Amino acid sequence: MSQPSALVPSMDPLTTTTPPPQRAEETRPASVAPPSAISMRGFNSWYGTNQVLHALDLEIAPRQVCGFIGPSGCGKSTLLRWINRMNDTIPGARAEGTLSLHGIDLLDKTLDVVDLRRRVGMVFQKPNPFPKSIFDNVAFGPRLHRVYSRTDLEELVEQSLRASALWNEVKDRLDSSALGLSGGQQQRLCIARAVAIGPEMLLMDEPCSALDPRSTASIEELIRELRASYTIVIVTHNMQQASRVSDATAFFYEGRLIESGPTDILFTNPKNRQTEDYVSGRFG
Amino acid sequence: MIAVAARNAADIAERGTPCSLRMRAWFEGSIKALLWSLTCFTVVTTAAIISVLAYETYGFFTIQNHPEVSVWSFFVGTEWSPLLGAQPMFGVLPLVAGTLLVTTIAGIVALPIGLMTAVYLSEYAPARRRTVLKAVLEILAGVPTVVYGFFALTFITPYLLQPLSNSFGAYNAMSAGIAVGIMILPIVCSLCEDALRAVPQSLRDGAYALGSTKFDVSAKVVVPAGLSGVIAAFLLALTRAIGETMIVALAAGGLAQLTANPTAQVQTMTAYMVQIFLGDAPAAGIEYKSSYAVAFTLFLITFFLTWIGALVLRRYREEYE
Repeated sequence: MSQPSALVPSMDPLTTTTPPPQRAEETRPASVAPPSAISMRGFNSWYGTNQVLHALDLEIAPRQVCGFIGPSGCGKSTLLRWINRMNDTIPGARAEGTLSLHGIDLLDKTLDVVDLRRRVGMVFQKPNPFPKSIFDNVAFGPRLHRVYSRTDLEELVEQSLRASALWNEVKDRLDSSALGLSGGQQQRLCIARAVAIGPEMLLMDEPCSALDPRSTASIEELIRELRASYTIVIVTHNMQQASRVSDATAFFYEGRLIESGPTDILFTNPKNRQTEDYVSGRFG
Repeated sequence: MIAVAARNAADIAERGTPCSLRMRAWFEGSIKALLWSLTCFTVVTTAAIISVLAYETYGFFTIQNHPEVSVWSFFVGTEWSPLLGAQPMFGVLPLVAGTLLVTTIAGIVALPIGLMTAVYLSEYAPARRRTVLKAVLEILAGVPTVVYGFFALTFITPYLLQPLSNSFGAYNAMSAGIAVGIMILPIVCSLCEDALRAVPQSLRDGAYALGSTKFDVSAKVVVPAGLSGVIAAFLLALTRAIGETMIVALAAGGLAQLTANPTAQVQTMTAYMVQIFLGDAPAAGIEYKSSYAVAFTLFLITFFLTWIGALVLRRYREEYE
């Protein structure tokens, strides 16, 4: 599979703002610990007067899958939506502290959120394809970012659909409506749509919670493949899913980060009693 | 707590049902009969009106001693002069053209402005401002149409149109069209806004997450997704424009001409009917009967548009189910 950030030759003004992540890795001395993709220090967030996140300190490594787990209402989706600033669309949402992506302050009021969202793709809980053709769904992002040539678009659409393991199922009906696909196919289409603009990071907010077990398995397999190219943060309610797909896991409870670390350690040998109770299914 | 609840429930059980089974059956039966008869009243009234329309139209086409009247010459005739000259002419096309001219102008005024206002209200306006603006629009929708007629005649024509060009007469299709456009604006706006607000938030989120600006979201996702609702809104508003009477009777003039010139005076189908029924045409006369044929034509046109609108609307409801 080709590198997605190389998919977008005509997007130079946008892509040159940061070097592609894989190049950074090649030039780095092997002994130094990889710098975090996302780092937060003393991060707090509110909806109106209701504080939903309290003093979070967390580092997310690049090119890994990081799972956010915790019971409903613990703030994990809110945190996810700060990383691409989707909370800007919610009146009364605000945050304090430090939240940065490769050293860029994500809470900066003057940040170019359009460019940020190109670099940080998002997949939602419920598949939300646009009521357009399959082709136009995948081409939507590239067109927003001024890729208009038909051959470039065709190439991008094919590569994105291949990357999301959907190409073989839809290659003969790219012009039919995306709403005719099954739920699992729609969700993979949404992943293709996010991948098509060459992001360095993918945020997934319970991407399988509206899907049947077979579609869930195909999405999980896809996530494991995409890890090679993207930093992925996945919010999930499903403990097994977190243990299957994520390299690192962070457990949240009532707006606080209780414990984080490599997934196998967090699940088999948690330091915290609450984490142990949650991952063993005693509450949540 | 549980003990109290049990005692209350026991009280209800002891009291029994409030009236006998037969009383309840009688009551339910009479309610059902009342509702059924009211439904029949609505349907029968509509059917009766359409039958009278059809009957009188038939009477017009089979009238004695008027060889110039035929279905063919009515629908393709290009001259409408029922009251003037020795030889009255009954070709409905000038009236249809007058109606279409006024409706087209109204559509050009109302549809783009209405859609853009709806986009503003549904996508851009903060919640408080939207509430206030919607209330203002509802006031606009409540203005009696005769007022728009005055407005066209005493303001739009002398102060807006005639300074632009002296070819505008005191009565002209343009001012009537603009006034009708203003009249249907709240309908376009409110129905379009409903259609746009029905587009699921998840689609907007999906578009924002790909790096869309608010304009991208509105123009490339929300409006296309709500397009069938928008088209249905347009058709329903145009139906209102076609049937509008007072504005055109006051401001468009009374001369039936087959023209597309907006500075000329035109007579619409509705304005002709007003002229006949307010004038002294005898009830058995051919002019009187001709207005039924015109009314029937108007009914067919609006029925067709309403039907198309309903079809489009149904398709758009299915899209998200």
